[in-house]
Amino acid sequence: MPFIPHTESDVREMLARIGVAAVDDLFDEIDPRLRGADFSTVPAGESEMAMLHALSARARLDETGPCFLGAGCYDHHIPAAVWDIASRGEYLTAYTPYQAEASQGTLQLIYEYQSMMAALTGLDVSNASVYDGGSALAEAVLMAARIRKRGRRRPSDGDATTRVAVPGACHPLYLDAARSIVRQQGIELVETGCGADGAASLAALDAAAEQGAFAALVVQQPNFFGVIEPVDALTAWAGTHDAATIAVVNPVALGLLKPPGEWNGDGVDIACGDGQPLGVPMASGGPSFGFLCTRARHVRQLPGRVAGRTADRAGKPGFTLTLQAREQHIRRGKATSNICTNQGLLVTAATVHMALLGAAGLRAVASACHANTRELVAALTAQDGVSRRFAAPFFHECVLDLGRPAAPVAEALAAAGIVAGLPLGRYRPALANCLLVCATEKRTAADIRAFADVLAPALADSGAAA
Amino acid sequence: MSDTPSELSYARTHEWALCEDDVVTVGISDFAQDALGDVVFVELPEPEQEVRAGEEAAVVESVKAAADVYAPVTGTVVEVNTALTESPELVNAAPYNEGWFFRVRVTSDVELDDLLDAEAYREHCEAEGDA
Repeated sequence: MPFIPHTESDVREMLARIGVAAVDDLFDEIDPRLRGADFSTVPAGESEMAMLHALSARARLDETGPCFLGAGCYDHHIPAAVWDIASRGEYLTAYTPYQAEASQGTLQLIYEYQSMMAALTGLDVSNASVYDGGSALAEAVLMAARIRKRGRRRPSDGDATTRVAVPGACHPLYLDAARSIVRQQGIELVETGCGADGAASLAALDAAAEQGAFAALVVQQPNFFGVIEPVDALTAWAGTHDAATIAVVNPVALGLLKPPGEWNGDGVDIACGDGQPLGVPMASGGPSFGFLCTRARHVRQLPGRVAGRTADRAGKPGFTLTLQAREQHIRRGKATSNICTNQGLLVTAATVHMALLGAAGLRAVASACHANTRELVAALTAQDGVSRRFAAPFFHECVLDLGRPAAPVAEALAAAGIVAGLPLGRYRPALANCLLVCATEKRTAADIRAFADVLAPALADSGAAA
Repeated sequence: MSDTPSELSYARTHEWALCEDDVVTVGISDFAQDALGDVVFVELPEPEQEVRAGEEAAVVESVKAAADVYAPVTGTVVEVNTALTESPELVNAAPYNEGWFFRVRVTSDVELDDLLDAEAYREHCEAEGDA
């Protein structure tokens, strides 16, 4: 029996209602080359040895030179012990197990993860993770809307749209994901824009606030352009405008930067972000996990699972899922979210990764990333026609203006064995000449020299400066 | 059989209301606290918050369930029972006294017409219990 709730007549009725002949027609907009086709014949079986030979040849096609691409997914060193431990059979699951308390090891690991994330962000409590940075932002925005709705509702508020300000450059994919989730609940994300230095413009934020009050403020630190935002001033702005604050942060950057729990002294309401930099390989862009931390006073608005430490009848320490009344199996349709712990395996890796690095190790990684990126930027801007696009300080990513369209230059560099970075025109047409570059602790002086050496011919091949 | 004091009015969603001049005290009924089991947390409205009859104004969590508490009348919250923050078990021990939730100053004439008297509420609970 197929586990599909729709009968054939249900499907016919639904298709007739929307005027579509067949289910496959719903996928017409997808390029046929990208759509799976049925085999016309099933190929003959191959031996294991022949199969490995063929696939190894394919895998080599993916091998590239040094990677200077970041933009949300970073090439950090992962100690071999991380995945050796995370791959143990006892940990090898994406979920909290049913009858969770029978799996004390898994619960202790989640508890340790939560403790580390709370320490890293400077907040009181973390959940057991969400899907990725984008879904973490979506959940954070929904949380902020709930926090603002409770206790502040006035008759004049009616059912008006909840406006959430996004000053500065937030990751465009996080915003896409968050918008698709929160717009169903009448929440609008309003990008108020950067100043000429690449950091959030407080003047633009003031102007946008005159169009209507903001329930919350989203601040990404460092922002999508790698720029260090004036987080204290932005947090203070939220305070004077009665807006909840959401920090989107890079966990490695927190090795050096002020934790969101201390922004402007009292800190933010919610911190979220993508956990990939903590022990998760780039792997063509995924999978990843999202983290979500908050203040104790908001814990009942926090979605997802939370492991707590307790004592059994004999007084021995143990671990348990706690605060479950927020969750779907108890609160049903009124749960804060349907999210659970789907990224448990990646959280396991991140926990081992953080435990191996420790606070000093994480700070060293962050310092090395910053130093390498400064060297990279110095080496590349020494080339004619290449300059920094924004003057504001950066952490481990920087926008370079190449003086000509960046996408063909990046292609030429890829052909020369350098993964050069992200051409920004795809997300910001006004920045079509710009490349977002990153040098993690893995990039050597030789890697940086190699990039600079092939940049000149790549620029020449792409024609004269526009 | 649960306790249903006759001087109170009741909502079908198991809140009780006590009307004194223009201030209405709200809590959950003995039937409701018994059905929920041990209450471990109560989320109260904020003073000065506006509430509307039939809309959620508070949340009560027990060891086995979580439920919204609906305002039985429309008005402004003038007082909340902060003792419940530290001692949510008061809801179980004394649902009609120390376990009250919040007080609402009603804006116009109290519209308790939609609420049930003790006898009607008892019948309502019996019907729910049989369902």
